[in-house]
Amino acid sequence: MTPDLLQVMSEPGGATATAAPPDLSDADLRKLYRVMVLTRLLDERAIKLQRQGRIGFYVPAEGQEASHVGSAFALGADDWVYPSYRDPGIALLRGVPVVEMMHQCYANAADNTRGRQMPVHYSFKKANLVSISSPIATQIIQATGTAMAMKIRKDPRVVMTWFGDGATSANDFHTGLNFAGVFASPCVFVCENNGWAISVPLEGQTASASIAVKAEAYGMPGVRVDGNDVLAVYAAAKQAVARARAGHGPTLIESVTFRIGAHSSSDDASRYRDPALCEAWKKKDPIDRFKRYLTQKKLLSAKDDEAVHKSCADELQSAIEAAEKMGPPAVSTLFDDVFAQRTAQLDAQHEALKDALQRGVVSKGHHGEFPL
Amino acid sequence: MAVMTLWEAVNDALKTEMRRDDRVVVLGEDVGVKGGVFGCTGGLWKEFGGDRVIDTPLAESGIIGAAIGMALYGLVPVPEIQFGDFIYPAFDQIVSEAAKMRYRSGGEYTCPMTIRTPIGGGIRGGHYHSQSPETYFTHTPGLKVVVPSSPSEAKGLLLSSIRDPDPVLFMEPKLIYRTLKEEVPAGDYTVPLGQARIAREGRHVTLIAWGSMVSICQKAAEQCAQDDIECEIVDCRTLVPLDEATILESVKKTGRAVVVYEAPRTSGFGGEISAILAERAIEWLEAPIVRVTGFDTPFPYALESLYMPEPGRIREAVLKVWNF
Repeated sequence: MTPDLLQVMSEPGGATATAAPPDLSDADLRKLYRVMVLTRLLDERAIKLQRQGRIGFYVPAEGQEASHVGSAFALGADDWVYPSYRDPGIALLRGVPVVEMMHQCYANAADNTRGRQMPVHYSFKKANLVSISSPIATQIIQATGTAMAMKIRKDPRVVMTWFGDGATSANDFHTGLNFAGVFASPCVFVCENNGWAISVPLEGQTASASIAVKAEAYGMPGVRVDGNDVLAVYAAAKQAVARARAGHGPTLIESVTFRIGAHSSSDDASRYRDPALCEAWKKKDPIDRFKRYLTQKKLLSAKDDEAVHKSCADELQSAIEAAEKMGPPAVSTLFDDVFAQRTAQLDAQHEALKDALQRGVVSKGHHGEFPL
Repeated sequence: MAVMTLWEAVNDALKTEMRRDDRVVVLGEDVGVKGGVFGCTGGLWKEFGGDRVIDTPLAESGIIGAAIGMALYGLVPVPEIQFGDFIYPAFDQIVSEAAKMRYRSGGEYTCPMTIRTPIGGGIRGGHYHSQSPETYFTHTPGLKVVVPSSPSEAKGLLLSSIRDPDPVLFMEPKLIYRTLKEEVPAGDYTVPLGQARIAREGRHVTLIAWGSMVSICQKAAEQCAQDDIECEIVDCRTLVPLDEATILESVKKTGRAVVVYEAPRTSGFGGEISAILAERAIEWLEAPIVRVTGFDTPFPYALESLYMPEPGRIREAVLKVWNF
């Protein structure tokens, strides 16, 4: 049976609360709001940077801020996260400075992943945030593996992983949830059901009545939550994390939301999706909704809100300026980190490339100069 | 030193390392209570328990994906894929995930794990229990590929693989799981990765092989010796990283090279070795490089002995380069 949609923040003519607000301090609520705003502004700026040709690619997360930030907020700093590529708020929430994310998007010499992946494929070990992959769903079974390891080592930490509705069709979704069910692994699976896998709508992915209902097949609870209601998402995730930490095993959370933007900067959603759908969902914007809630609770004045937006915008601006100042990674980094130690083959290939560059026989193309 | 078969040497290596390092865990289909379909993990479940010797659900991509998550966390997993022929569902997790983790995370996340899987024909296993898929993996930056040729080699290379900081695909030639016996050093014993070995010395023709083909080359070399042709055999041991220096040194000495592999001929790893010789040793070559290989057919059942390189075909190749 598809579970009822969990909602906390009622809306006039819209959502009706089915659960009480979670126990969060005023400071927690303000922190959640700020991270969601920063995530949105990062999105807006990054799309513009891509359009201006200053970064190569981007994956918009607009509309999904509550879904991934709210769920990640249920974790401790020591827990592990395996995000998808549409979850930038998780890194921000876990204390990664936005400038480090900008370095990654610019793939510059200060990028901690050394310019090896397209923008938004972050990896931040200090935040226990595992390197993000492009192939869909691969992180789900890896998250299970980490959770299995934690259980083996009697480590009280838990793992959370995020993926879209398209991922539920992939093999690794099945193996990930199946293994987690069999081994009662301390893992929380968050499916951000945003309705679209590039151009294919949910009904093209599954004939199930919901994503949450699939949990039944793996012997774990399935929860369905309003993904644009940050407090509901947090409440669901908190319960799942507590369950995992207590040794009772995994949970599947279906966070029902909507991808407002295109799949990526290379995609034009108007070719396959009625823009009216977006307009309808924009009225359910997760940040506006949370703002109304906080305003009602007298936790956020218009002036506070302005200050939040200004401080986020300033942080972004200085991050972009810092990232633009950095040059590209050095040529030698091309050959590093394939293995812990370079093989003779890699050394020889590096020497040959260096020699060719020094002799000026390599066409520079659009890449310009690289430091040797 | 105890005399062991190859599967016993693998078992001995696993026990040795699991006793030494409690981060080492074994996982796969039927590896626990049963001890593996070839017995390689026999006795481990009893000694180390179900937390470290894990019978998994039947899903190769799940076994490797879960092992990656364990390795990222800090365990040292040794997942088993029951037959090399069943490894393809795990291809994505191996080539796009395990092999790329260090590079794509700028060295922040690493995946030290050793995937064990039996490969090769000669046991009447038909298409789905006989393939030699090493080349798919040697074409994958970030992954080491090891194929031992004897019991003591298997023990020494497996211990080095498990201790290696990078993912290793350890392919065990099942033709010699039980047929080859030799003395195997007790306790801790390693053979370094990335170093080939001269399995037989000779001055006329170099045979280059790995895995079970090394012992087939030995038989061919004995036949050739009766014709006063002295073959040198280079056992590559590790295909990635390949010890090009040892191969080149031998071929520069003999001036003649025969490359032997069991996999289908086209694009087989021996083609890479031939290219290295052509690029870097052509002025020493007295004859064309000749390959003795499987055929470009699926691995057959009834006619497997015709498919697999055997001493007669190798001897013919040796005579061809010798008499060129």
